[in-house]
Amino acid sequence: MKKITAARLLTACAGALALAAGIVQGGYRDTLSKAVRICLECVGIG
Amino acid sequence: MGKRRNRPEFRRRCIQLVSALLYNAHLPGFLSGSIFKGPVKGVCVPGLNCYSCPGAVGSCPLGALQNALSNLPNKLPLYIAGFLLLVGVGLGRVVCGFLCPFGLIQELLHKIPSPKLRKNRWTRKLSWLKYGVLAVFVVALPVWYAFARGLPVPAFCKYICPAGTLEGGFPLLALRAEYRSLAGWLFSWKALVCVAILILCVFLYRAFCRFLCPLGAIYSLFSRLALLAVRVDGDLCDSCGACVRTCEMDVKRVGDHECIQCGRCAQVCPKQAIYFGKERTSCK
Repeated sequence: MKKITAARLLTACAGALALAAGIVQGGYRDTLSKAVRICLECVGIG
Repeated sequence: MGKRRNRPEFRRRCIQLVSALLYNAHLPGFLSGSIFKGPVKGVCVPGLNCYSCPGAVGSCPLGALQNALSNLPNKLPLYIAGFLLLVGVGLGRVVCGFLCPFGLIQELLHKIPSPKLRKNRWTRKLSWLKYGVLAVFVVALPVWYAFARGLPVPAFCKYICPAGTLEGGFPLLALRAEYRSLAGWLFSWKALVCVAILILCVFLYRAFCRFLCPLGAIYSLFSRLALLAVRVDGDLCDSCGACVRTCEMDVKRVGDHECIQCGRCAQVCPKQAIYFGKERTSCK
Protein backbone atom coordinates (compact mmCIF):
# COMPACT_ATOMS: atom_id res chain seq x y z
CA MET A 1 0.00 0.00 0.00
CA LYS A 2 2.92 2.35 0.64
CA LYS A 3 4.06 1.91 -2.96
CA ILE A 4 0.60 2.88 -4.22
CA THR A 5 0.50 5.91 -1.94
CA ALA A 6 3.91 6.97 -3.16
CA ALA A 7 2.86 6.46 -6.78
CA ARG A 8 -0.27 8.51 -6.18
CA LEU A 9 1.68 11.33 -4.61
CA LEU A 10 4.20 11.30 -7.40
CA THR A 11 1.48 11.33 -10.07
CA ALA A 12 -0.43 14.10 -8.31
CA CYS A 13 2.73 16.20 -7.99
CA ALA A 14 3.61 15.60 -11.63
CA GLY A 15 0.08 16.58 -12.59
CA ALA A 16 0.14 19.74 -10.53
CA LEU A 17 3.55 20.73 -11.89
CA ALA A 18 2.50 20.02 -15.46
CA LEU A 19 -0.71 21.99 -15.02
CA ALA A 20 1.15 24.95 -13.55
CA ALA A 21 3.80 24.82 -16.26
CA GLY A 22 1.09 24.49 -18.88
CA ILE A 23 -0.71 27.58 -17.60
CA VAL A 24 2.56 29.54 -17.63
CA GLN A 25 3.33 28.48 -21.21
CA GLY A 26 -0.14 29.52 -22.34
CA GLY A 27 -2.05 26.26 -22.31
CA TYR A 28 -5.13 27.76 -20.68
CA ARG A 29 -5.11 30.60 -23.20
CA ASP A 30 -4.76 28.20 -26.14
CA THR A 31 -7.58 25.99 -24.81
CA LEU A 32 -9.82 28.99 -24.30
CA SER A 33 -9.09 30.44 -27.74
CA LYS A 34 -10.08 27.15 -29.33
CA ALA A 35 -13.11 26.58 -27.13
CA VAL A 36 -14.75 29.95 -27.77
CA ARG A 37 -14.89 29.24 -31.51
CA ILE A 38 -17.28 26.68 -32.89
CA CYS A 39 -15.24 23.59 -33.71
CA LEU A 40 -16.33 22.85 -37.25
CA GLU A 41 -14.62 19.44 -37.16
CA CYS A 42 -16.48 18.49 -33.97
CA VAL A 43 -19.89 19.31 -35.42
CA GLY A 44 -19.08 17.58 -38.71
CA ILE A 45 -18.75 20.53 -41.03
CA GLY A 46 -15.04 21.16 -41.58
CA MET B 1 -35.43 -3.32 1.03
CA GLY B 2 -35.92 -2.37 -2.62
CA LYS B 3 -35.72 1.33 -1.81
CA ARG B 4 -32.58 0.89 0.32
CA ARG B 5 -30.86 -1.11 -2.41
CA ASN B 6 -31.74 1.47 -5.06
CA ARG B 7 -30.68 4.49 -3.05
CA PRO B 8 -27.02 4.43 -4.13
CA GLU B 9 -28.11 4.06 -7.76
CA PHE B 10 -30.56 6.93 -7.36
CA ARG B 11 -27.79 9.06 -5.84
CA ARG B 12 -25.48 8.20 -8.73
CA ARG B 13 -28.17 9.12 -11.24
CA CYS B 14 -28.69 12.46 -9.51
CA ILE B 15 -24.95 13.18 -9.62
CA GLN B 16 -24.89 12.29 -13.30
CA LEU B 17 -27.81 14.62 -14.04
CA VAL B 18 -26.41 17.49 -12.01
CA SER B 19 -23.00 17.20 -13.64
CA ALA B 20 -24.56 17.07 -17.11
CA LEU B 21 -26.52 20.22 -16.32
CA LEU B 22 -23.48 21.97 -14.83
CA TYR B 23 -21.34 21.14 -17.85
CA ASN B 24 -24.07 22.55 -20.12
CA ALA B 25 -25.36 25.41 -18.00
CA HIS B 26 -25.30 27.94 -20.85
CA LEU B 27 -28.98 27.38 -21.56
CA PRO B 28 -29.52 30.49 -23.74
CA GLY B 29 -27.19 28.85 -26.26
CA PHE B 30 -29.84 26.23 -27.02
CA LEU B 31 -32.24 28.98 -28.10
CA SER B 32 -29.86 31.18 -30.06
CA GLY B 33 -27.46 28.56 -31.47
CA SER B 34 -24.48 30.42 -29.99
CA ILE B 35 -21.74 28.95 -27.82
CA PHE B 36 -20.51 30.15 -24.43
CA LYS B 37 -17.38 32.32 -24.60
CA GLY B 38 -16.63 33.10 -20.97
CA PRO B 39 -13.21 32.59 -19.33
CA VAL B 40 -14.23 29.36 -17.61
CA LYS B 41 -14.40 27.76 -21.06
CA GLY B 42 -10.62 27.46 -20.87
CA VAL B 43 -11.08 24.94 -18.04
CA CYS B 44 -11.74 21.32 -18.99
CA VAL B 45 -14.64 19.33 -17.59
CA PRO B 46 -13.63 15.80 -16.57
CA GLY B 47 -16.16 13.94 -18.76
CA LEU B 48 -16.84 13.79 -22.48
CA ASN B 49 -18.74 16.95 -23.36
CA CYS B 50 -18.23 18.74 -26.66
CA TYR B 51 -17.22 22.37 -26.26
CA SER B 52 -19.20 23.20 -29.37
CA CYS B 53 -22.38 22.20 -27.60
CA PRO B 54 -24.41 25.44 -27.32
CA GLY B 55 -24.75 24.84 -23.59
CA ALA B 56 -21.14 23.85 -22.80
CA VAL B 57 -19.43 26.06 -20.25
CA GLY B 58 -16.13 24.14 -20.18
CA SER B 59 -13.77 22.49 -22.59
CA CYS B 60 -13.72 18.86 -23.61
CA PRO B 61 -10.51 17.18 -22.38
CA LEU B 62 -10.21 15.09 -25.54
CA GLY B 63 -10.66 18.05 -27.86
CA ALA B 64 -8.21 20.07 -25.77
CA LEU B 65 -5.69 17.22 -25.86
CA GLN B 66 -5.85 16.85 -29.63
CA ASN B 67 -5.50 20.58 -30.16
CA ALA B 68 -2.58 20.72 -27.73
CA LEU B 69 -0.87 17.85 -29.58
CA SER B 70 -1.35 19.83 -32.80
CA ASN B 71 0.95 22.48 -31.31
CA LEU B 72 3.88 20.06 -31.29
CA PRO B 73 6.81 20.46 -31.59
CA ASN B 74 6.53 24.12 -30.58
CA LYS B 75 4.69 23.51 -27.34
CA LEU B 76 4.25 20.47 -25.11
CA PRO B 77 0.66 19.66 -24.02
CA LEU B 78 1.46 20.26 -20.35
CA TYR B 79 -1.80 22.00 -19.42
CA ILE B 80 -4.06 19.18 -20.53
CA ALA B 81 -1.59 16.50 -19.43
CA GLY B 82 -1.55 17.99 -15.94
CA PHE B 83 -5.35 18.11 -15.87
CA LEU B 84 -5.66 14.46 -16.94
CA LEU B 85 -3.04 13.33 -14.42
CA LEU B 86 -4.80 15.09 -11.55
CA VAL B 87 -8.28 13.88 -12.49
CA GLY B 88 -6.95 10.41 -13.20
CA VAL B 89 -5.18 9.97 -9.90
CA GLY B 90 -8.03 11.57 -7.97
CA LEU B 91 -11.05 10.03 -9.61
CA GLY B 92 -9.98 7.63 -12.35
CA ARG B 93 -13.03 6.07 -13.97
CA VAL B 94 -15.33 7.49 -11.31
CA VAL B 95 -15.64 10.16 -14.00
CA CYS B 96 -17.16 7.56 -16.32
CA GLY B 97 -19.61 6.27 -13.76
CA PHE B 98 -20.69 9.56 -12.24
CA LEU B 99 -19.54 12.61 -14.20
CA CYS B 100 -19.91 11.90 -17.91
CA PRO B 101 -23.01 13.19 -19.72
CA PHE B 102 -22.52 10.85 -22.65
CA GLY B 103 -22.29 7.92 -20.26
CA LEU B 104 -25.60 9.03 -18.78
CA ILE B 105 -27.20 9.21 -22.22
CA GLN B 106 -26.05 5.67 -22.99
CA GLU B 107 -27.42 4.34 -19.71
CA LEU B 108 -30.79 5.98 -20.30
CA LEU B 109 -30.94 4.52 -23.83
CA HIS B 110 -30.21 1.08 -22.41
CA LYS B 111 -33.34 1.35 -20.31
CA ILE B 112 -35.47 1.18 -23.46
CA PRO B 113 -37.13 -2.24 -23.40
CA SER B 114 -35.42 -4.50 -25.94
CA PRO B 115 -33.42 -7.72 -26.09
CA LYS B 116 -30.09 -7.09 -24.43
CA LEU B 117 -26.68 -8.37 -25.51
CA ARG B 118 -24.84 -9.63 -22.47
CA LYS B 119 -21.10 -9.32 -22.11
CA ASN B 120 -19.02 -12.26 -23.30
CA ARG B 121 -15.44 -13.01 -24.29
CA TRP B 122 -15.91 -11.15 -27.58
CA THR B 123 -17.03 -7.97 -25.90
CA ARG B 124 -14.07 -8.34 -23.57
CA LYS B 125 -11.72 -8.59 -26.57
CA LEU B 126 -13.49 -5.68 -28.28
CA SER B 127 -12.98 -3.53 -25.18
CA TRP B 128 -9.30 -3.20 -26.13
CA LEU B 129 -10.33 -1.31 -29.29
CA LYS B 130 -10.67 1.95 -27.35
CA TYR B 131 -6.94 1.95 -26.69
CA GLY B 132 -6.40 1.73 -30.43
CA VAL B 133 -8.80 4.66 -30.94
CA LEU B 134 -6.84 6.62 -28.35
CA ALA B 135 -3.48 5.80 -29.89
CA VAL B 136 -4.48 6.46 -33.51
CA PHE B 137 -7.17 9.13 -33.54
CA VAL B 138 -6.37 11.12 -30.41
CA VAL B 139 -2.58 10.94 -30.44
CA ALA B 140 -0.98 9.68 -33.67
CA LEU B 141 -3.05 11.47 -36.29
CA PRO B 142 -3.01 14.93 -34.66
CA VAL B 143 0.75 14.58 -34.06
CA TRP B 144 1.36 13.37 -37.61
CA TYR B 145 -0.62 16.22 -39.13
CA ALA B 146 1.20 18.70 -36.89
CA PHE B 147 4.66 17.46 -37.94
CA ALA B 148 3.94 16.59 -41.57
CA ARG B 149 1.55 19.36 -42.58
CA GLY B 150 1.56 21.91 -39.77
CA LEU B 151 -2.24 21.52 -39.57
CA PRO B 152 -4.36 21.10 -36.44
CA VAL B 153 -6.53 18.04 -37.03
CA PRO B 154 -8.50 16.73 -34.03
CA ALA B 155 -9.04 13.39 -35.74
CA PHE B 156 -11.21 11.78 -33.07
CA CYS B 157 -13.50 14.80 -32.90
CA LYS B 158 -13.60 15.08 -36.66
CA TYR B 159 -14.25 11.46 -37.65
CA ILE B 160 -15.71 9.62 -34.66
CA CYS B 161 -16.93 11.54 -31.61
CA PRO B 162 -20.67 10.96 -31.25
CA ALA B 163 -20.89 13.43 -28.36
CA GLY B 164 -19.79 16.23 -30.68
CA THR B 165 -22.41 15.29 -33.24
CA LEU B 166 -25.20 14.84 -30.71
CA GLU B 167 -24.44 17.82 -28.49
CA GLY B 168 -22.91 20.18 -31.04
CA GLY B 169 -23.71 19.14 -34.59
CA PHE B 170 -27.41 18.40 -34.33
CA PRO B 171 -28.38 21.44 -32.22
CA LEU B 172 -26.25 23.90 -34.20
CA LEU B 173 -27.48 22.69 -37.56
CA ALA B 174 -31.05 22.76 -36.29
CA LEU B 175 -30.69 26.34 -35.04
CA ARG B 176 -28.43 27.92 -37.65
CA ALA B 177 -29.27 27.77 -41.36
CA GLU B 178 -25.75 28.81 -42.39
CA TYR B 179 -24.34 25.59 -40.89
CA ARG B 180 -26.95 23.46 -42.60
CA SER B 181 -25.77 24.79 -45.96
CA LEU B 182 -22.18 23.79 -45.11
CA ALA B 183 -22.96 20.23 -44.03
CA GLY B 184 -21.60 17.65 -46.46
CA TRP B 185 -20.29 14.09 -46.48
CA LEU B 186 -18.45 14.53 -43.18
CA PHE B 187 -21.61 15.46 -41.35
CA SER B 188 -23.44 12.54 -42.97
CA TRP B 189 -20.68 10.20 -41.81
CA LYS B 190 -20.66 11.59 -38.29
CA ALA B 191 -24.44 11.48 -38.06
CA LEU B 192 -24.36 7.84 -39.17
CA VAL B 193 -21.72 6.98 -36.57
CA CYS B 194 -23.64 8.82 -33.86
CA VAL B 195 -26.98 7.21 -34.65
CA ALA B 196 -25.38 3.75 -34.96
CA ILE B 197 -23.75 4.11 -31.54
CA LEU B 198 -26.94 5.37 -29.92
CA ILE B 199 -28.95 2.49 -31.36
CA LEU B 200 -26.30 0.00 -30.28
CA CYS B 201 -26.51 1.36 -26.74
CA VAL B 202 -30.14 0.29 -26.57
CA PHE B 203 -29.02 -3.33 -26.90
CA LEU B 204 -25.52 -3.21 -25.45
CA TYR B 205 -24.82 -1.45 -22.18
CA ARG B 206 -22.56 1.61 -22.65
CA ALA B 207 -21.32 0.37 -26.03
CA PHE B 208 -19.33 3.56 -26.72
CA CYS B 209 -17.66 3.56 -23.30
CA ARG B 210 -16.67 -0.06 -23.57
CA PHE B 211 -15.35 -0.16 -27.12
CA LEU B 212 -14.53 3.32 -28.40
CA CYS B 213 -14.14 6.00 -25.74
CA PRO B 214 -10.55 7.24 -25.62
CA LEU B 215 -11.23 9.28 -22.48
CA GLY B 216 -12.31 6.13 -20.66
CA ALA B 217 -9.15 4.51 -22.01
CA ILE B 218 -7.06 7.33 -20.49
CA TYR B 219 -8.77 7.16 -17.10
CA SER B 220 -8.55 3.36 -17.07
CA LEU B 221 -4.76 3.73 -16.95
CA PHE B 222 -5.24 5.08 -13.43
CA SER B 223 -7.42 2.20 -12.22
CA ARG B 224 -4.82 1.03 -9.69
CA LEU B 225 -3.83 4.51 -8.57
CA ALA B 226 -7.12 6.37 -8.31
CA LEU B 227 -7.82 7.62 -4.82
CA LEU B 228 -11.59 7.28 -5.11
CA ALA B 229 -12.64 3.85 -6.34
CA VAL B 230 -14.80 0.82 -5.64
CA ARG B 231 -12.76 -1.68 -3.61
CA VAL B 232 -13.09 -5.16 -2.17
CA ASP B 233 -12.36 -5.96 1.46
CA GLY B 234 -10.30 -9.12 1.14
CA ASP B 235 -11.17 -10.21 4.68
CA LEU B 236 -14.89 -10.32 3.90
CA CYS B 237 -14.90 -11.47 0.28
CA ASP B 238 -15.53 -15.17 -0.33
CA SER B 239 -15.00 -14.96 -4.12
CA CYS B 240 -18.59 -15.90 -4.96
CA GLY B 241 -18.37 -13.85 -8.16
CA ALA B 242 -21.76 -12.15 -7.77
CA CYS B 243 -20.12 -8.78 -8.34
CA VAL B 244 -18.58 -9.68 -11.69
CA ARG B 245 -21.71 -11.52 -12.86
CA THR B 246 -23.90 -8.50 -12.05
CA CYS B 247 -21.58 -5.97 -13.63
CA GLU B 248 -22.52 -5.04 -17.19
CA MET B 249 -19.03 -3.79 -18.04
CA ASP B 250 -16.35 -6.20 -19.22
CA VAL B 251 -14.67 -6.51 -15.84
CA LYS B 252 -12.71 -9.52 -14.67
CA ARG B 253 -12.68 -8.23 -11.12
CA VAL B 254 -14.09 -5.26 -9.24
CA GLY B 255 -12.05 -2.14 -9.85
CA ASP B 256 -10.07 -3.32 -12.85
CA HIS B 257 -9.46 -1.10 -15.88
CA GLU B 258 -12.94 -1.81 -17.32
CA CYS B 259 -14.74 -0.86 -14.11
CA ILE B 260 -16.57 2.46 -14.28
CA GLN B 261 -16.80 2.60 -10.48
CA CYS B 262 -20.60 2.81 -10.50
CA GLY B 263 -20.88 0.72 -7.33
CA ARG B 264 -23.71 -1.55 -8.50
CA CYS B 265 -21.63 -4.54 -7.45
CA ALA B 266 -21.66 -3.31 -3.86
CA GLN B 267 -25.43 -3.63 -3.81
CA VAL B 268 -25.39 -7.32 -4.70
CA CYS B 269 -22.41 -8.48 -2.62
CA PRO B 270 -23.81 -10.96 -0.07
CA LYS B 271 -20.89 -10.32 2.28
CA GLN B 272 -20.99 -6.52 1.92
CA ALA B 273 -17.33 -6.75 1.08
CA ILE B 274 -17.41 -4.00 -1.56
CA TYR B 275 -17.11 -0.38 -0.59
CA PHE B 276 -16.40 2.98 -2.14
CA GLY B 277 -13.37 5.06 -1.16
CA LYS B 278 -9.78 4.59 -0.12
CA GLU B 279 -8.22 1.24 0.75
CA ARG B 280 -9.07 -0.19 4.16
CA THR B 281 -7.08 -3.42 4.14
CA SER B 282 -5.21 -5.43 1.53
CA CYS B 283 -7.60 -6.44 -1.21
CA LYS B 284 -7.96 -9.63 -3.25
